[in-house]
Amino acid sequence: MIREAFGMIYAGEQIINLRELVELRAVGALPIGGRYRVIDFPLSNMVNTGIRNVAVITNRNYNSLMDHLGSGKAWDLSRKSDGLFILTPYANRDNPGIYRGLVDALKGSMDYIRRAKQEYCILTGSYTIFNLVFDDMMRFHEENGSDLTILFNRLSAETYAGDRYADIRIKTDKKNVVTDIEVNPGLSSLDKVSMDTYIIRKDILIYLVEESIARGEYDFVRDLIRGNLGRLKVMGFEHKGYVGRMHSVAAYYKANMDFLDTKLQKTLFRGENRIFTKVKDEVPAKYIGASCVRNSIVANGCIIEGNVENSILFRGVYVGKGASVKNSILLPSTEVNDNAELQYVVIDKNVSVRNRSRLIGNEEFPVVIRKGAMV
Amino acid sequence: MYRKKRIVAMLLAGGQGSRLGVLTDQRAKPAVTYGGKYRIIDFPLSNCIHSGIDTVGILTQYQPLELNTYIGAGSPWDLDTMSGGAFVLPPYVKGKSGKWYSGTANAIYQNIYFADQFDPEVLIVLSGDHIYKMNYSWLIRAHIEKGADATIAVIPVPIEEASRFGIMNTDKELRVLDFEEKPEKPKSNLASMGIYAFQWEKIKSYLIADANDPDSSNDFGKNIIPAMLANDEKLYAYEFKGYWKDVGTVRSLWDANMELLQDFPPLNLYDDPWRIFSRNPNEPPHYVDYGAEIKNSIVSEGCYIYGSVINSILSSGVTVEKDAIVQDSIIMAETRVGEGSRVHMSIVDEEADIGKRAKVGEERAANNKITVLGKKCVIRNGAVVEPGKQVGCGVAVLKTARDQVDDRAGGSRKAKDGKARNAKTKETANAAKKPSPASRRAALKGGE
Repeated sequence: MIREAFGMIYAGEQIINLRELVELRAVGALPIGGRYRVIDFPLSNMVNTGIRNVAVITNRNYNSLMDHLGSGKAWDLSRKSDGLFILTPYANRDNPGIYRGLVDALKGSMDYIRRAKQEYCILTGSYTIFNLVFDDMMRFHEENGSDLTILFNRLSAETYAGDRYADIRIKTDKKNVVTDIEVNPGLSSLDKVSMDTYIIRKDILIYLVEESIARGEYDFVRDLIRGNLGRLKVMGFEHKGYVGRMHSVAAYYKANMDFLDTKLQKTLFRGENRIFTKVKDEVPAKYIGASCVRNSIVANGCIIEGNVENSILFRGVYVGKGASVKNSILLPSTEVNDNAELQYVVIDKNVSVRNRSRLIGNEEFPVVIRKGAMV
Repeated sequence: MYRKKRIVAMLLAGGQGSRLGVLTDQRAKPAVTYGGKYRIIDFPLSNCIHSGIDTVGILTQYQPLELNTYIGAGSPWDLDTMSGGAFVLPPYVKGKSGKWYSGTANAIYQNIYFADQFDPEVLIVLSGDHIYKMNYSWLIRAHIEKGADATIAVIPVPIEEASRFGIMNTDKELRVLDFEEKPEKPKSNLASMGIYAFQWEKIKSYLIADANDPDSSNDFGKNIIPAMLANDEKLYAYEFKGYWKDVGTVRSLWDANMELLQDFPPLNLYDDPWRIFSRNPNEPPHYVDYGAEIKNSIVSEGCYIYGSVINSILSSGVTVEKDAIVQDSIIMAETRVGEGSRVHMSIVDEEADIGKRAKVGEERAANNKITVLGKKCVIRNGAVVEPGKQVGCGVAVLKTARDQVDDRAGGSRKAKDGKARNAKTKETANAAKKPSPASRRAALKGGE
């Protein structure tokens, strides 16, 4: 439905708690669910909503992200008019080439924003996964005369765990108007957590960005939203479905493991609104000899001779004879050789695990092996 | 006006493949599924693009809907290019009348205008019926180096089977002396693969002459090649050494699929510079449940496995429910195998729905007949499909009174099944070969 909106995805978050996983890639390019990348979620949500003009704003480490996005064909965004735009930072009069915050990034993308023909902007981050078409949120935004609508879900008011990123909690009144915002609160009684997704009218966005920049303020939530709470009608819209936030290795690990629940996995990936991704031509998975696989997700191109349990195997993983893989996530082209043993391990791409190696982590602190390592 | 192309390929994809029974009731043979995710036509199309041929006319006639949808703009094979690309060429009306393609040669004849647009030097004629990886540029190089008018790709076959093929008798230089279609006493074992390279101007004159001959059956093997030989044109054979499989019958389709399950399959699908491209469904990876058992099988994306899958090939989106057994079978996309059902020695087409406690086919040891279920057919709860039977597309099979008796006896038989399965598992484990660990991963990917 929404042809009157354009989408912007900010893929420049620096999420240090993902350790080696984001050393060489932006969080949006992080593989998830056995086949996808995190950015497939916001992109597919926009495409499923009917948005045909989407910009991805990058900041650092965007090589693998650009490789994944390509022309946008996999999301039907390779189009004559509009389509997918990748906005990389570049040095100019106002900017040294690296964004100091989302407001700075929006300022750097001002040409694109001004040229967009659509009236509304749907602005999201790239580290939150959920499956939602924005129609209802848009209607809510329009019917309530909102200036800026924040998508949120409810999370228990947790204690500070030390590994949070942009944990933005909002307080709303009975009419869903946002009255206060806390960023990374130590101890919070608020249970409404922003999903890093906003709807705002294009002209208001331009005005607010220019104003913030003029004051030397670059933080979108602290400065642009919180600083204007008195002037703007900021509202919250609740999402009741599944939400995953890739703010730490533990959260990344948990989200992947959540997909082993087929009911959730089916609603998230195979429902009415599918998550699209760039698909490589890969041979279907092959099970050989005495392989034994239980409660696992296995992608194409895998060859399995050993034992796999409670694990996610991405494209082209090899599990040798007598090897045992439990509670682990193996990213594309991992090679687990004979009699190796893995438990609670997240292995990045192209890693080779030698014969009889043992790697054992735990659920809260999975072992992470960096890309291309020999273990 | 298109840009000049030195080489244009024409792919004959109009064949019915009637010996595939219900599998080709609603689709042409080139659209038949193979190896879990491929269609037969993926092989010649991928060969074309890897060989540097980017202009392919695809001649369709029989049940083209599924095939046309599959080909689309040719983007899965990188054939959606600015000059050239994939062109679907159905028969059409010219002037006041139109004619079906009456034979392989006639199909090309009716599309002379298509090829002429590109002003090619060499025309490659391919068939969409075979599974093989071949670099056509080697064939073309041999063709040009020898200054041939026509070059025919041949493959050595066992001499006792030679009488099933079109056989080329050649001299030492591989110049074709004589061509015999299915000879009773073959003089050589070089079988024609139905792949030809022609000098375009030369073949054009033969095609026109052939079209004007009312007695001709407009076939390359039967008419064009003999006519060229009679006129002493330079015909050469090009010997292809590699995997080449005709999947023209239910049995050979089943065999070709089962070959992929070998530890070291003769056809290497993991070949990186020569990947076989196909239209990839947008599905999550497959899920294997706690109670599931998968032995020696190939499973595609979007599958949900709760039961047992043994020696089988599953296409995308297949669900095998709890306590169901799929053994020695090929299950095509989006099919459901219901709880407690048993499927043995079968080929089940797309979107079939097998209910609970149904029985399709019989175990391999007991019976060697292949059961085939057509597209969208429905096997009701408890129904039985006899081994060797073919169930038509969209047909529902109900449970009969006799099946109910079988059902009651089912308990004891199931226990027996389990034993047989365990024995089988051990056997495959023992049979597994042991190459050095470092090369094992590479070796498993097979090779030619």
